[in-house]
Amino acid sequence: MPGTLIYAEVQKGEIKKGSFEVVSKAKEFGGEVAACIIGKGAEGLASQLAKFGADKIYVVDGPEYENYVPEAFVQAFVQVAKTVNPSVILASATAQGKDFVPAVAARLGVGAVSDCVDLQKNGDKVVAKRPVYAGKAYAMVECVADPQVIAVRPNSFAVKEAAGAGAVEKVAVSLDASKIKAVVKSIELAQTNEPDQTEAEIIVSGGRGMKGPENFKMLEDLAKLFGPTATTGASRAAVDAGWRAHRYQVGQTGKTVSPNLYIACGISGAIQHLAGMSTAKVIVAINKDAEAPIFTKADYGVVDDLFNVVPALIDEIKKFK
Amino acid sequence: MNTVVCIKQVPDTETLIKVQGAGIVQDGVKWVMNPYDEFAVEEALRQKEKMKAGAVTVVSLGPDRAIEAIRTALAMGADTAVHINDAAFAEKADPYATAAALAAAVKGLTYDAVFVGKQAIDDDAGQVPAMLGEMLGIPVVTMVIKFDVADDKSKATVTREVEGGVAVIEVPLPAVFSAQKGLNEPRYASLPGIMKAKKKPVDAKTAAALGVTEGPKTVVKEMSLPPARQAGKKIAGDDAAAKAKELARILHEDVKAV
Repeated sequence: MPGTLIYAEVQKGEIKKGSFEVVSKAKEFGGEVAACIIGKGAEGLASQLAKFGADKIYVVDGPEYENYVPEAFVQAFVQVAKTVNPSVILASATAQGKDFVPAVAARLGVGAVSDCVDLQKNGDKVVAKRPVYAGKAYAMVECVADPQVIAVRPNSFAVKEAAGAGAVEKVAVSLDASKIKAVVKSIELAQTNEPDQTEAEIIVSGGRGMKGPENFKMLEDLAKLFGPTATTGASRAAVDAGWRAHRYQVGQTGKTVSPNLYIACGISGAIQHLAGMSTAKVIVAINKDAEAPIFTKADYGVVDDLFNVVPALIDEIKKFK
Repeated sequence: MNTVVCIKQVPDTETLIKVQGAGIVQDGVKWVMNPYDEFAVEEALRQKEKMKAGAVTVVSLGPDRAIEAIRTALAMGADTAVHINDAAFAEKADPYATAAALAAAVKGLTYDAVFVGKQAIDDDAGQVPAMLGEMLGIPVVTMVIKFDVADDKSKATVTREVEGGVAVIEVPLPAVFSAQKGLNEPRYASLPGIMKAKKKPVDAKTAAALGVTEGPKTVVKEMSLPPARQAGKKIAGDDAAAKAKELARILHEDVKAV
């Protein structure tokens, strides 16, 4: 019976949390939940997907899947998808998912819906809610072709334990090597374990009021106190000044984020920045300008000099540790 | 080196979006070239200048007004353009249909590389680069922040953003590259550039004239605005230390972040 097929993404030897989130959502939809996991060492991880509802897990494992090579992964996944013939394909809209999903859809000759924050089942159709204009508006989108290919923004759904049958099948994929033209020469990862801003649960962000790159250390220190799901962010002003790399930028020409907690330090709140973070569950703003637009969105506002507030906040939070 | 750059005209980032049915209210919107496409145009121009040969062709799908974004790219230095001037097709086009139309136009051109912004800041889908590569049958490298091409134009070595870092990819040409911020600093159009752009050739065609048979595969049913966020409370205190103490208490007891 056609149900849902999940793409389970492996990073650093672990299945991404976002992949479990979409498995949980698929289980809620009902019907058979299948997952396809691709990666070197994927076989050893596959059974974890059963805990959240996967009935069938297709494993594509081998040394050729050590690094994400779009063409190889797309070929492998599409072969599995054609066997499973699902009505819905779900993936997490991680950095890799954003590259992978549209290529899969195009090869299947169907469309895709990117970066959704909610899904409703309406008979056989899934209605996907997704932010557009960096979160200034929402669109309700439906696929007109099957399978319906949908990428879900991380942190949109809770991970819920609900056992699935969990039958694991190792798939022998025949890759057309002549089509795998792009070669990964090297990968350089930053020496940090901090999560990507789009996946972080807590973001401590700094703007023009930070006055210079050296002061972001204090935001990093604050973020660390919140644990491994926290990271730092920056406004466009801080990035354009060269204080932070672009990967930290939150807003319309940076990342659109939905953390549980967003702490904006020295950020005035330009419309492009507000669009990128106003879906955060709780917003805290620290700014000495009481008229700063950020305060119109903040649940908690501190009107004072961040260079006094943030170090004191760090000391106070340490007392809870 | 011959390159094609696909661009889209979008509302300026300052725009206050108002929705109407399945779209936005277009009155009063200031239209600009998608910011990520500016990086794509700039990179194409730099490659042409470096090689001292070749042409840059701009391709854009959009109604009449899209010509302004096309002229901007021509004023920056692009040589020619194809305007898929088809308001009816563009209005309903999802990323799949957009990629199909762009692919149909690109197929008729001579190129070593196709540059495109990593996403358009209106629908934020970010699908066109990968779909365009699929439809053209050539490799795609997304999120490119550094681009180098071999002297014989046989291959490119590019740096792309990946989760938590960067990857260096080698790919034979032709290929599609999606531009991420950081790739370069786009130039402004000069006054002589703007004057020259007015005389550069723009080939206007409908989707049907390009032989596009594919339509959209996804449809927007409705648009809405996010619930307005109310300003919350200002934390009171005699000095920064007192306010910080109260904020820490809130983060601990109410928000439960620590």
